[in-house]
Formats: sequence, C-alpha cells, structure tokens
Amino acid sequence: MNELRGRQGGGSWWYLLLIIQFVAVLWPAFYNRAEPTLAGMPFFYWYQLAWVLIGAVLTAIVYFVTEAEARNR
Amino acid sequence: MPDVNWVALAVFVLLFAFITWLGFVAAHWRKGDLDLLHEWGLGGRRFGTVVTWFLIGGDLYTAYTFVAVPALAFGAGAVAFFAVPYTIVAYPILFLVFPRLWYVCHKQGYITAGDFVRGRFGNRWLALAITITGIVATMPYIALQLVGIQVVIGALGISGAGFTSDLPLIIAFIILAAFTYSSGLRAPASIAIVKDLLIYVTAFTAIIAIPIELGGFGKIFAAVPAEKLLLSAPGAGTTGSYGAYATLALGSALALFLYPHSITGILSANSGRVIRRNAALLPAYSFMLGLLALFGFFAIAAGVSTDPQFAAGFKEFGNNFAVPALFLHSFPSWFVGIAFAAIGIGALVPAAIMSIAAANLYTRNIHREFINKNPTDQQEAQMAKWVSLIVKAGALVFILFVPTKYAIYLQLLGGIWIIQTLPAVMLGAYTRWFNDWALLVGWAVGTAAGTAMAAAAHLSPTYPLAIAGFTFPGYSALYTVILNLVVVVVLTPVFNALSAHRAPADETAAADYFA
Repeated sequence: MNELRGRQGGGSWWYLLLIIQFVAVLWPAFYNRAEPTLAGMPFFYWYQLAWVLIGAVLTAIVYFVTEAEARNR
Repeated sequence: MPDVNWVALAVFVLLFAFITWLGFVAAHWRKGDLDLLHEWGLGGRRFGTVVTWFLIGGDLYTAYTFVAVPALAFGAGAVAFFAVPYTIVAYPILFLVFPRLWYVCHKQGYITAGDFVRGRFGNRWLALAITITGIVATMPYIALQLVGIQVVIGALGISGAGFTSDLPLIIAFIILAAFTYSSGLRAPASIAIVKDLLIYVTAFTAIIAIPIELGGFGKIFAAVPAEKLLLSAPGAGTTGSYGAYATLALGSALALFLYPHSITGILSANSGRVIRRNAALLPAYSFMLGLLALFGFFAIAAGVSTDPQFAAGFKEFGNNFAVPALFLHSFPSWFVGIAFAAIGIGALVPAAIMSIAAANLYTRNIHREFINKNPTDQQEAQMAKWVSLIVKAGALVFILFVPTKYAIYLQLLGGIWIIQTLPAVMLGAYTRWFNDWALLVGWAVGTAAGTAMAAAAHLSPTYPLAIAGFTFPGYSALYTVILNLVVVVVLTPVFNALSAHRAPADETAAADYFA
C-alpha cells in the first residue's frame, strides 16, 4: 500500500484518532442505560449526541494537523 | 382530515413558488455551458466549502429521513437512534477515502463511479454492474422522497378522491422535473441553501419550544414506555439488539457514500480539501438528525396518536404522520407552513440530485459505452437531461400506483445492493491489486446472498446469522459485503494466474489520487 504515503500525508499517525469514534459508538453495551441523565435526557441519548460533536472535533484536529504536515513536507 | 389549513397552505405555496423561481434562475449561477455533461450534471465542479456543505447536507439528510427517523422512534423507540452512530462513523470514511476519489475523477474527467471503475480496472462489464446497481438502488430512494411530500400535503388538509388527491404531488414533480432539466445540479444546490435554513429554523424552534410546552425533557422521557426507552439487553447465546444496532450503523455508513447521489455531491466540490473540511462540518446535520429523532418521543408525550383530529392522518400514513401531527399540535398555522415547506422542499433537493446522478450513470456508462460510442458533448448532455425526466417519471408512477411499503422494501434492498460496490469503488481508490473479474464475481455473490438474506428475514434489514450455536443478528448488507470481499480476495490470485498473459489495465496513475 505504498500509494497511501502520498503527499497528502496518508501515512500520518494522526489518522488513528479517527478510530476512537468507531469504538465509542459501535458497542452499545457502553451506553445502553438511562443513568446518569442530563437535563432529563437518558444517558443513551445524550452520550450519542455528545459523540457527534466529539467526532467532528477529532476530524477537525486531524484535518488541521495533516494539512500542516503536508505544507511542511 | 376535515379542513384545509389555509394559513399553513398559503405559507407552503409561497415558499414553493420561491424555490421554483430559484431553481430556474440557478442556471445562471456560476455560469457554465449547460450543453456539457460535467456542467449540467456536476455544476462544473465549482462548489466551495459552504455550498458543498448545503448540497451534501440537503442530499443525504432527506425529507424522508426527517419523517421516517422520528416515526421509527415514535413506533419502535431507541433503535431509531442508530441513525446517530451511523452518521458519526460515516464521516471518517468520507474524510479518508473520498478525497482520493475526487482527485482521480477530477484529473481523469470522470463523472460517475462507473467512469472510475471503467478507467481503474479496464473492464466495461464490471463498470456496467456498478452502474446498474447505482441506478437500481437510487430509483426507490427517489420514490420515498415523494412519500415525504405526500405526508405533508395530507397534513395540510388537502385530500380528495382519485386524481385530485394526487394533483399536488404531480404539480410538485413537474416543478422538480422542469428546473432539474433546465439548470442541472445548480438547481438543487441553490435550493438546498433555502431548504436547510428552513429545516434548521424548524428543528431548533421545535427542540426549544416543544419541551417547554410539554414540561421539560424529564417529563417527555417519562412518557415513553420503558421498553422503548433503551435497547433490550441481549439474552444468552446472542448479540441481540446490540449487534443489530451496531451493524446497522456501520453497514449504513459504509454504504452511504457509495450511492450515486452522494458521489455526485462529492464530485461537484471544487477540491478534495473541500471534502475533507466537510467531513468535520457535516456532523452539524447529524446533531440535528439526533434531535429530530427525539421528536418521535415528543409526539408520544404530546399524545398525538390518541387525539381524534389526527386519527385520519395516522390511518392514512401510519407512524410517518407523527411529526406532522406534532407540529400541528404544537405550532401556530404560519409556522406549520414553514415546517411543512421545509420537509416538502427537503424532498425535492435529494430527488433532483438522485435523478441527475442516475442520468449521469446511464449516459456515461450505458449509452456511451454500449450504444453511441462517440456522442458530441451536446448530445451527451441532452441525453442526460432526458434520462433525468424518465427516472423521475418512473418514480412518480411507482408512488402513485404501487403501495408505499414496496418502495420501502426496495429501498432496503437498495442499501444491500449498493454496498456491494465497495470493493471496486472505495478500495479501488486505494489499490489496483484486485482482479477485475474477481470483483465482478464478488459483486454477484454479495448481491445474491444479500437479496436471499433479506428475503429469508421477511424483508427486515437484520438477518439472524447463526454460527456454532451463537446467533448474531445483524445488517445483511454488512455480512454480505464481507462475503463479497472474501470471494474477491480468494479469486484474485486464481484469475490472475489464469490470465497471466494479460497486463492489468489501469489508465489512472498513483499521482492522480492526491493534490
């Protein structure tokens, strides 16, 4: 998979950050419960909604870091 | 439904008139020669970060989504929330894979996934399989958008017998067909901006106002029956609802960007960087979708299903009526008009993009490949415009004459079919290792197995896969794409050995895949 190591920084370790959200939301045993609630919302719901935001932030971090790496190469 | 809601109807019609006008003038936006297929069918690949955000957002988060996801929460409860992890894991996939596809398509002038596969693997039959899968998976999706329009038109109180009851839908479709024909992808791109603003206004107003009216989230969730509030814990010897939930999310995410309308949206961006940025920005829509799913619970708490004024609506549209009923219950008429227009216009945007995507596929990968090999640019664009009309007319006929449940079944099968293009399209963006005929056999095996699984599971998306006494209920699409990949990996060395004299064809170069 040498093609991966393109100028875009395909080989950057930072891409591994993106795996976190897969683990966090694809194993429902982690979050299939009602407690603790947040403003009346069961954990199941606010946990997943929170991961939408965390996932977006992780993706943004990877974007900025890999763009900077590509520029500095 | 007894009465026509005149105020809501007036607001609805006014907004529809506005976007109709907008759809036609969009032809002049970022002006290009609409006699070229990439100008008509990809907006000239001119859209920057913001327009792409609206376009892909309007494309993926369809009116049907906004009706059906809360309807599922209303009827089945927590399982409807799978749409949230689904869209969470879809974006890393968009971020990693699809900029590569954008770059190679830009450099080689590809307009469809079929073009890419044809160029990458040099096999017109493999490209044909990818193309037909795309078109077949898209058609029922277009039909489902019409269901979204039907529900809001019904909720506005317009009803009648026979032809008159279908008239509003037919008018909406003529509008859609006309502006798509004349402006191409620029029409849904400009309308998406209006539609998304309306959707955001509606969603955020509802998420603040309705809980206040109903006495807070605590009271709303207390009204939801306990068995609907959470997933049921798996019993012994099975992954139960957990496995189903996770595989539905992952399988749907893998399939999402393989749909022709997704690829059309992606390829219309003006750089691969725009795609990467949008992978971080599009989750705003996912967040809204999660909030919208909760509307199903609001509808339970508001007690709309036992309210006699909504009885006729639920009888006609089933749980899909939950959100319209909630809005009618909670909002003044003029705001109901805005909310319903958001849903109605929200159906036109993806329907337009889907018909353009199907037209691009037919024109490039069937007509040009097999019928008229040397069309002029103008002939090619003209063909696509006609095909977009035929595709939409087909969807309209389907929805008028065939019960809605068949469109839903076909859309379910469409997801199982489209994911079978993953090895050639997504992995093909990384490697040319696969043998083209092995990819074709893998596609056929995956498609057949997926269809059989869905049939065996009585057209439910999850199949109870049993291995050594342990049951893994899961999304058939995910199971069968794994089977597809295994077949491809096993057959590739075999087929390569059989055709050792034939040099692998690949018109793309490694450098085509990045900036």
